[in-house]
Amino acid sequence: MADKILKQLKIKVWRQKNAKSKGRFETYTIENISTGSSFLEMMDILNNDLIEKGIDPIAFDHDCREGICGTCSLYINGRPHGPDTEVTTCQLHMRKFKDGETIIIEPWRARAFPVIKDLVVDRSAFEKILQAGGFVSVNTGGVPDANAIPVSREDAEESMDAAACIGCGACVAACKNSSAMLFVSAKVSHLAKLPQGKVEADTRAMSMVAKMDELGFGGCTNTRACEAECPKSISIMNIARLNREYLKARLSR
Amino acid sequence: MSKFLTASIGRKFIMSVSGLFLMVFIAVHLGINLLLIFDDSGDLFNQGAHFMATNPLIKVMEPVLGLGFIVHILWSFMLEYQNWKARPVKYAKKNMSGASSWASRNMLVLGGLVLVFLIIHILDFFVKMKFTGHHLLEEVVVKGVHMENAYALVSTAFIQSTALGIFYIIGGILLGVHLSHGFWSSFQTLGLNNKHWLKRWQVIGQVYAVVVALGFAIIPLYFMFGLNN
Repeated sequence: MADKILKQLKIKVWRQKNAKSKGRFETYTIENISTGSSFLEMMDILNNDLIEKGIDPIAFDHDCREGICGTCSLYINGRPHGPDTEVTTCQLHMRKFKDGETIIIEPWRARAFPVIKDLVVDRSAFEKILQAGGFVSVNTGGVPDANAIPVSREDAEESMDAAACIGCGACVAACKNSSAMLFVSAKVSHLAKLPQGKVEADTRAMSMVAKMDELGFGGCTNTRACEAECPKSISIMNIARLNREYLKARLSR
Repeated sequence: MSKFLTASIGRKFIMSVSGLFLMVFIAVHLGINLLLIFDDSGDLFNQGAHFMATNPLIKVMEPVLGLGFIVHILWSFMLEYQNWKARPVKYAKKNMSGASSWASRNMLVLGGLVLVFLIIHILDFFVKMKFTGHHLLEEVVVKGVHMENAYALVSTAFIQSTALGIFYIIGGILLGVHLSHGFWSSFQTLGLNNKHWLKRWQVIGQVYAVVVALGFAIIPLYFMFGLNN
């Protein structure tokens, strides 16, 4: 079955020359978009049009285009990664939009994620949080036997669920407080659930939360918007675990 | 310790603990208030009010309660300011209704309205009973004990003014909506939550919120409809 064609769409998009300049919205019209194309393919077609008209193409982040790298972003029609659940923008299809619709595209908005150009934001704040404590210090050497360190199935599953976080930043974009708690909690949890992560359990939560605060992210007020908009459905139960790890470490010293 | 109080999770801890403390108070307050409608002679409520005014433990807890309110309110403004600062450029279009509940996004608004209610409520009853006195409060004797007639003050207020009754009903409902998010949220912030307990805390929280809203609303309604005669 051939995909339907959206005859005309209006794309209202944030244009910003560089980190220092003041941005504004521009509206472009695009025609004959297949509902089978992905959102980023639509952006490619739009950019092609713009280049032919001599307009600077719209800058946006993208890499793997199969929902695993966490590079693509975009706040589309009021939601991170657009009007679908459990998908990244590259996995979003144009069948989610109606013919004649105006699509509003904004960059992630947060003090800790400054806009570099158009829809591209600097997400290195996440790297800084990871560098503050999202690692394990182990002696390298021969690979231990798989059964030498017992891990229950449930712990392994919960750890892997937390490790599914691709660090895209949708949680920060979705949160009314621009809080990074879901990201930080996922990164703390996937280590906290495993024996290898226990060694630095105390300092990890404290250092990562301190870094998160320092970088200007907001605080969590448990609205659960992050969990709902997360392309990997990371659970807020990780936030409860982070709170627990943090309070335990803080109150014990 | 100062680091703890300024860290994001530390601040949330303060909100959570003060919130839980206030929720215990609300339960006690509602319990005493419901005596208003269970005994039309007013003796039960007067005894309850007298107990609350004279019991040494309650007397000690009174300033602690005041402090609890002040901490909860001050910290909420501090938190919201910090959170507001975290997004200097706002979104042009937001569509948050599918991802989070209205109450969870508007705790400051709800809390602010409850605060307005609280101030008027304190001026209305607490100040009269505690400091300035009122002609309706003249002494009654219940089972040989002399006490203020708090029942007369409260029941007369609601019988005389429908507007006041409606104001109290709205206050109760606002508080209920505030608690519908606040209850489970407190436990989440303390880390006392997991995939099994989330549903339980939420159900208990909803029941508690409905009981509080209905409980406080039913008292003015009882007098407005003249059910005390």
